[in-house]
Amino acid sequence: MTEAATDILRVRNLCKSYRSGDTRLDVLRGVDFDLAAGEFVSVVGQSGSGKSTLLHLMGLLDAADAGEVVLAGTRIAGLSAARRDRLRNTCVGMVFQSYYLLPELDALENVMAPLMVRHGIFEWLTVRSAVRARARELLDRFGLGGRLHHHPRQLSGGEMQRVAIARALVTQPQVLLADEPTGNLDETTGAGILDTLCELNRADGLSIVLVTHDPVVARRADRIVRLAAGRVDETCPAAERKAG
Amino acid sequence: MYKLLLCWRYLRTRWIALASIISVTLGVATMIVVNSVMAGFSYEMQTRIHGILSDLVFESHSLSGFQDPQWHMDEIRRAAGDDIVGMTPTVAVPAMLNFQVRGQWVTRQIMFIGIDEATHARVSDFGRYLQHPGNRTQLSFDLREGGYDTVDSQSEATTPTRPALEGAGWPHRRMRVERERVWREKLEADRRASEAADPTAASGSGGPTRSIDRQVDAVLAATTGDEASAVAPPAIDVADTTAVVKPPDPFRQARPEEGTRMDPAREQFTGIVPGIGLASFRDSTGVDRFLVLPGDDVKVTFPTAGTPPKAVSDSFTIVDYYESKMSEYDSNFVFVPLAMLQRMRGMIDPQTGLASVNSIQIKLREGADLDLVRDKLRKVFPADLYAVATWRDKQGPLLAAVDMEMSVLNILLFLIIAVAGFGILAIFFMIVVEKTRDIGILKSLGAGASGIAGIFLGYGLFLGLVGAGAGLAMGLAIAWNINTIRVGVEWLTGQRVFDPSIYYFHRIPSIVDPFTVAWIIVGAVGIAVASSVLPALRAARLHPVEALRHD
Repeated sequence: MTEAATDILRVRNLCKSYRSGDTRLDVLRGVDFDLAAGEFVSVVGQSGSGKSTLLHLMGLLDAADAGEVVLAGTRIAGLSAARRDRLRNTCVGMVFQSYYLLPELDALENVMAPLMVRHGIFEWLTVRSAVRARARELLDRFGLGGRLHHHPRQLSGGEMQRVAIARALVTQPQVLLADEPTGNLDETTGAGILDTLCELNRADGLSIVLVTHDPVVARRADRIVRLAAGRVDETCPAAERKAG
Repeated sequence: MYKLLLCWRYLRTRWIALASIISVTLGVATMIVVNSVMAGFSYEMQTRIHGILSDLVFESHSLSGFQDPQWHMDEIRRAAGDDIVGMTPTVAVPAMLNFQVRGQWVTRQIMFIGIDEATHARVSDFGRYLQHPGNRTQLSFDLREGGYDTVDSQSEATTPTRPALEGAGWPHRRMRVERERVWREKLEADRRASEAADPTAASGSGGPTRSIDRQVDAVLAATTGDEASAVAPPAIDVADTTAVVKPPDPFRQARPEEGTRMDPAREQFTGIVPGIGLASFRDSTGVDRFLVLPGDDVKVTFPTAGTPPKAVSDSFTIVDYYESKMSEYDSNFVFVPLAMLQRMRGMIDPQTGLASVNSIQIKLREGADLDLVRDKLRKVFPADLYAVATWRDKQGPLLAAVDMEMSVLNILLFLIIAVAGFGILAIFFMIVVEKTRDIGILKSLGAGASGIAGIFLGYGLFLGLVGAGAGLAMGLAIAWNINTIRVGVEWLTGQRVFDPSIYYFHRIPSIVDPFTVAWIIVGAVGIAVASSVLPALRAARLHPVEALRHD
C-alpha cells in the first residue's frame, strides 16, 4: 500500500475496445501501468498498439470497458461527469501532437483557458490578475515572453507546442500526459521541446507520461513501457531503461 | 468565464452568423412598425369614436322618446352618483337632407340630431370638430359673419385646403341673395323684351329654354318674389353660374311662417351643422370642394313624433360643418338645436309643457369604470324601455375587428421571426461542426457538457440581442419618422402611398407602445435562444476523443 501512495497514477487490467459495425477491435487487453510521483515514463509501441487510447483513458477523456485507473488516489470509474471534468481540469495536463490551441484566443489567453474553465465569471474576476501573472511567467520561461498576444496562426510549430505545454502546466497538475508532442516538429525543435519536458521533470518534479513511436524520443525518459497488441510487453529489454 | 470570452470571440469572427439574424432584425423592425401604426390607427379611431359618442348613451327604444329628461337625469345621477360629470339630452331621428346644386336637387339620407348647444360640447369632443373657431369654444346656431377656417384645424398642415370657406357665412349669404335678385331682374327684363318683340312667343314657340323661363316666371309670380326658400346656387366658381332655376317650393304651403316675409340677406332659418362629408368632396389635389357653404339654405324632411309618424319638412341654414374624420359620422350626422327639433316634431306635451328626448348622453369622470356605471343604470331602468350602452358597446364590432386584425398580423409577423430561427439553427449546426475540434480541446481542458452548451446558448442569446436591438433601433426610427419616409417614398416612386382623402388623417398615426415593443424583443430573443438549443445540445454531447480527432 505504501507503493500505491507514492504512485500518482495506477492502471490495472485496463481494457478498451471499439466497435465498428459487426467487427470489434480490442485496443487494450488488460494493461497494467504505474507512474510514481516525479517519474518520467515513455510509452512506445507501433501505430495502433493502443498508446493514445491508454493516454486518453488516463486523461479521463474516455471511459474504459474494464479495469481501473486510479489518478492521484481517486478511482475514476464511477465518477460523475462533473467530477471527471473537475479532476481532468485540476490533476491532469495534456499536450498533443497537433497542439490543439484555440484559434480565436491569443497565446496568453490559451494558457489561461484551463483556469477560465475552472472559475465562474465572478470568481474569475477575483483570480484574474494572479492567473495572468502565472501564465505570463510560464510563457516567459518557455521563451515566449514577447509573443503573448500572438494568435496560434502567427506562431511556429515549436512555439505552439510550448504554448500548449504552458497551458497544460498553468493548472499545476500532478501529471502531464503528452501524446507525440514532437510528432509534427522537426528534429531540432522537437529536441527543444523534449529538453523543456526533461527540465520540468527534473527541476519541478513533474510526473510525465510521454507517448511516442520514436525510440530516440522515448529514450529521454526514465523508463520505457512498450505496448504491443494491447498489453504491456514484458520482454522489453533492460538496455532501454535509462538510469535515473 | 471561457463561455463569455468564446461567445464574444465567435461573435467577432463569424460574420456569417450575423447574416442569419438579419431576418430577426427585419422581423422585429416590421413588427414594431406595424404595431405602432396599427395602434396609431386604432387610437385615432377610438378617440374619434369616443369624441363623437359620450362615455355612456342612455336611449329610449322609441323614436318618440321619453318625457321629462330632467327627471331622468336626476334619476341617473342618483343611481350612478359621483361618477357623472355631465349629461345632455339629445333627440336623434332619421331624416332626409335636400339641397340644390346648379339647379339639381341633391338628397342625402341623414341622422338628424337635436342637441342642447349649451351643454353638448361638455360631454363629448363635439366642439373640436367644428370649422369656426368661435363655434369650437361655444357652439352657436346663429350664422357667423365669416371667419371660418380654411385650414383643417385638426391637421398640422398649414396650407389652406378649404379656400371655399373663406367667404362663407353672412358675406356668402348676402352675395347669393344679391345675385339672385340680379338674376331675377334680368329674367324679368328678358321676358318683357321678348313679349314686346314677339307677342306670339307666349304660345311656346320660343323653344325649351324659353319655356323654362316661362315656368320660372310663373313660379316667381306665384311666390310674390319671396326669396326665403331660394336654395343655394353652386358654391364653386360662382362667376360662371349660368342657370340657377328655382323650382316651386312644395313645402311652402305647410310652413307655419307662411305669409311672414323674411329678408334672406339679414335673417336666417334655424341653424344646422351638417357633417362635412354630406356636402363636400376632396379633389385630386387635396382641396376640399363644397356643394353648399355655411350661409346656404337646405331642406330637411323628418318624421314627427306621433303614431304613425308623418313627414314634415322645413328650411334650415347651414351655420357650420362638423368634421370628426370618421366618414361614417361625417356623412350621416346633421345637428340642429334640440328645442327646435322637439317643437317641430311635436315632442312637447301641450298640457304639461314637458319635452321628450330620445337619449341622454352621459360623461363620466376620468377613470370611472364605464361598464360598472352602465350596469348600475341597467339595474335602475327597465331594459324593455331604455337601452344603456358605453361608447365601446356601440362600436364593439369595429373595435373588435381592428383588434383581431392586429392579432392576426402579429401572428404572421412572428412567423417571420420563427423562420429566422430556423436560419440560426442551420448556421449554428454548421458552426458546431466547424468548431468540433475546439469543443474537444475545451473538454480536454475540463469543460463540462453544460459549459459547452452554454457557449452556444450564450452565442444564440448574443445574436438574438444584437438582432433584436438592431431591429428595435430600425423599427423605432421608422415608426417615429413614418411620415417623412412616406413623403420620401412618394417622391421616389411617384405613387401616393397614403391617401389622406381615404383615411381622413393627414398623416400616418403611429404610437409606440413600450409594452408591445418589450414583448416583441423578448419573443425575438427567445426564438434565437430556442433555435440554438439543438446545436448546443449536439455540441455538449460530442465525445471528447472523437471531437479531438475531427478535422
